[in-house]
Amino acid sequence: MTTPAGSAETNLPQTAPSSFDDRRPPERELLDDCVHCGFCLPTCPTYQLWGEEMDSPRGRIYLMDLAAKGEIALDGPFTEHIDQCLGCMACVTACPSGVQYDRLLESVRPQIERNVERDTGDRLFRDAIFSLFPYRRRLRAAALPGALYQRLRRIPAVAKLAAKLPGRLAAMESLLPPVAVRDAFARLPVSTPAAGPRRGAVALLSGCVQDVFFHRVNEATVRVLAAEGYDVVVPRDQQCCGALELHAGREDSALGRAKRTIARFEPLAVDAIVTNVAGCGSSMKEYGHLLADDPEWASRAEAFSARVRDVHEVLADGEPQAPRHPVPGRVAYHDACHLGHAQGVREQPRAVLRGVPGVELVDIPEAALCCGSAGIYNLLFPDAAADLGARKAENVRSVRPDVVVTANPGCLLQIGKHLGLDTVPLLHPVQLLDASIRGVPLPRT
Amino acid sequence: MTLDGVVRRAFEEALDPRDVICDEVRCRAYECDGLTGYRVVPELVLLPRDAAQVAAAVRVCAEHAVPFVARGAGTGLSGGALPVADGVVISLARLKRVLEVDPVDRLAVVEPGVTNLEITAAAAPHGLYYAPDPSSQQVCTIGGNVAENSGGAHCLKYGFTTNHVLSCEVVLPDGSLVTLGGDSGEQAGPDLRGVFLGSEGTLGITTKITVRLLRTPESVRTLLADFPSVTAAGDVVSDVVAAGIVPAAVEMMDTLAIEAAEQAVHAGYTLGTPAALVVELDGPEAECDVQFEQVKEICERHGCTRLHIAGSAEERAAIWRGRKAAFAAVGRISPDYFVQDGVVPRTRLAEVLGRIAEMGDEAGLRVANVFHAGDGNLHPLVLYSAAAGETERAEHLSGAIAELCVELGGSLSGEHGIGTDKACSMPKMFGEEDLETMRRVRSAFDPAGICNPGKVLPTPRLCGERPGRYRPHALEEAGVIERL
Repeated sequence: MTTPAGSAETNLPQTAPSSFDDRRPPERELLDDCVHCGFCLPTCPTYQLWGEEMDSPRGRIYLMDLAAKGEIALDGPFTEHIDQCLGCMACVTACPSGVQYDRLLESVRPQIERNVERDTGDRLFRDAIFSLFPYRRRLRAAALPGALYQRLRRIPAVAKLAAKLPGRLAAMESLLPPVAVRDAFARLPVSTPAAGPRRGAVALLSGCVQDVFFHRVNEATVRVLAAEGYDVVVPRDQQCCGALELHAGREDSALGRAKRTIARFEPLAVDAIVTNVAGCGSSMKEYGHLLADDPEWASRAEAFSARVRDVHEVLADGEPQAPRHPVPGRVAYHDACHLGHAQGVREQPRAVLRGVPGVELVDIPEAALCCGSAGIYNLLFPDAAADLGARKAENVRSVRPDVVVTANPGCLLQIGKHLGLDTVPLLHPVQLLDASIRGVPLPRT
Repeated sequence: MTLDGVVRRAFEEALDPRDVICDEVRCRAYECDGLTGYRVVPELVLLPRDAAQVAAAVRVCAEHAVPFVARGAGTGLSGGALPVADGVVISLARLKRVLEVDPVDRLAVVEPGVTNLEITAAAAPHGLYYAPDPSSQQVCTIGGNVAENSGGAHCLKYGFTTNHVLSCEVVLPDGSLVTLGGDSGEQAGPDLRGVFLGSEGTLGITTKITVRLLRTPESVRTLLADFPSVTAAGDVVSDVVAAGIVPAAVEMMDTLAIEAAEQAVHAGYTLGTPAALVVELDGPEAECDVQFEQVKEICERHGCTRLHIAGSAEERAAIWRGRKAAFAAVGRISPDYFVQDGVVPRTRLAEVLGRIAEMGDEAGLRVANVFHAGDGNLHPLVLYSAAAGETERAEHLSGAIAELCVELGGSLSGEHGIGTDKACSMPKMFGEEDLETMRRVRSAFDPAGICNPGKVLPTPRLCGERPGRYRPHALEEAGVIERL
């Protein structure tokens, strides 16, 4: 008379060996958590765009389940639909059953990278992306106008792509905004003492993309933290945290970067390891989980992750210390997916912004929907990313903001591209706070 | 039979070829809806973009005698959108435009893939809303609501989907496009709109729906009251109605349901309380004031242990989030569960709940209750662990609960529909003549029997047989019968 709603038992039994290899396949328990209710559909960007079950969280989990039961192969449609996921984790927020889609995706993407052969164009393009982004020096070269072709061709992966697919290389370039040479090569001070009463000490991850393209955000972050009573340390020879690779399933390389980052930061006598980038924060908070099976690193990773905090979490702790000058205007705050959905940090940035006199904070319609940036997604799937970008820009315009703020470089680039860079200032929240504390006009970018 | 190349090409001509899904992996994502116990892989999945394409696709089905099943968001809990083997699924997910909101005549014209909540969102700027509110309203589509005649917490006062749909544009099973109903509530002739509403996708596919909008109530009051027993809570419901009050909603949750909901949304429900009622009143301020006092007084009279009144719109929303997430949230407190849907006369609520508790104890299984107490619509959730081998016992208990509802003078289904799940139980509620009349109505719309076949009405094949790949029936295995 009745049948079970969503449970392991009702799924067809295991009929063949799993299509996943045995290196951290998606956990059976996590797959079974999904009861197929569909509450995730309205919040999933690809389901919103295409209305196809396979491109919804529920559908993707269903395919993972079939693959785990050996009923479908990893190559072909499976890889296509997992690739098309933005990894925005809006479904994790929406799910009433507590399904950990983030964990599932995190285990499935490396499976694809290890076991599925990509076609030549896709492989070349991905190689080129990952030969560029995690490297600050190469990014600096790319940041110089027109330099991409000349200087980056020395990198073998980029040269191969340029030879075979010059169009995709050009697409890459179009997303890299021009940067003043001074900013691209500027460096943050290694140590900045707290101004006024000292509240603690923090170490700042300067990031790779962030440090080259949004160096001003890092400068503002150091100033604001110091003004709020923190000694700020910026270790000189830090590298990429591995977030982009982690989110793309390039696990080995990502774990190597995670270990190097842990090793670099763990000897520092600081209260927190702070980042102003949503994507970096989300992956650094995951280190503990990622390295849990590695006896040498498990406890170090856990201790590291426990110390990681988004800059807004630090700033929202306790009363503001430095006096704020008014910044009158309507400020639209865009929740970066890796801050809101992945880290659950929604209230703190708003609290920080509300603490600035004159700020009228406005919410953007469809706030839970990704802007389409999603790490390297807008490079890999430019059409889908453009549709989402246009939709986000329309929603942003609808609230007629004087300033738009968001805490992730990818979102800043993507929203800027679709909103038109010259319409309203597009800033990181700490830039607004920095201007308020210093009593200077808002920067334009 | 599997669909041959000719038929496939005909679909590709009717739609854009890219909107026809034919490889098996993708089709498998459509093999079940919200009721995952039944699965059938369709031959093709069609993703039309407008009504004309839906009609063209159905014409191809009619011409080649291909069975079709319409699908919205696939959230149904009775297997109403279960595909048919050798048939096609027609997804309405891409028909999701709000075509018109008319604040003067207070109606909206929408496509079937628009979600229930999106209608209210589109109407809200005019101070209007769409009243029926199934718990899955953020995801379920209006097309599916029409098919199932969906209810929701507030249908106690405001009625079901059928009370709010003025007309439907429908693609009939022969591919013709007609409009049933009209802009005014009352139409001359037989009420074909009424026949179509709640027909669970067996009479055609709706492609455009005109719904009535209501003015957002001047005042809304919500309270959450804890009681020492489900009986006490049930008595409150009866007394509230007896006092002449028509609440907008009266919902009840028991200990287990509260535990699950609270884990999911932290809405401020009291953990460990035997029963909680959510009572909502809406309407003119003065009326709400008086009636709210009466409700509070009735709650206190029945030994209410905690009375929490929502002090803000946020608190009210939190209470409802807890209630509406309860089904899915049960996944947090039990590895597996059955969702049941039955109705009893409101006066027998306490009795049925007592019986359910006894039956659960006997079976050694936990049953969580979350339901629309105001109209006696129960949703017992039978919790079990498949890994511990409890499936069969749980399935039996859940079935027995539905039968108990019929026995107490109620119904097999309140709002989830009959679908695939309960077709075999229809003879428990209806006589052969009733069923035959229903069959004839259905044949008048769909003489070829290609429109969502196998749903709602028991088919002549062996009851208890599950669709999908062949599995021997229990009687076959026992050697009592043989398949011809």
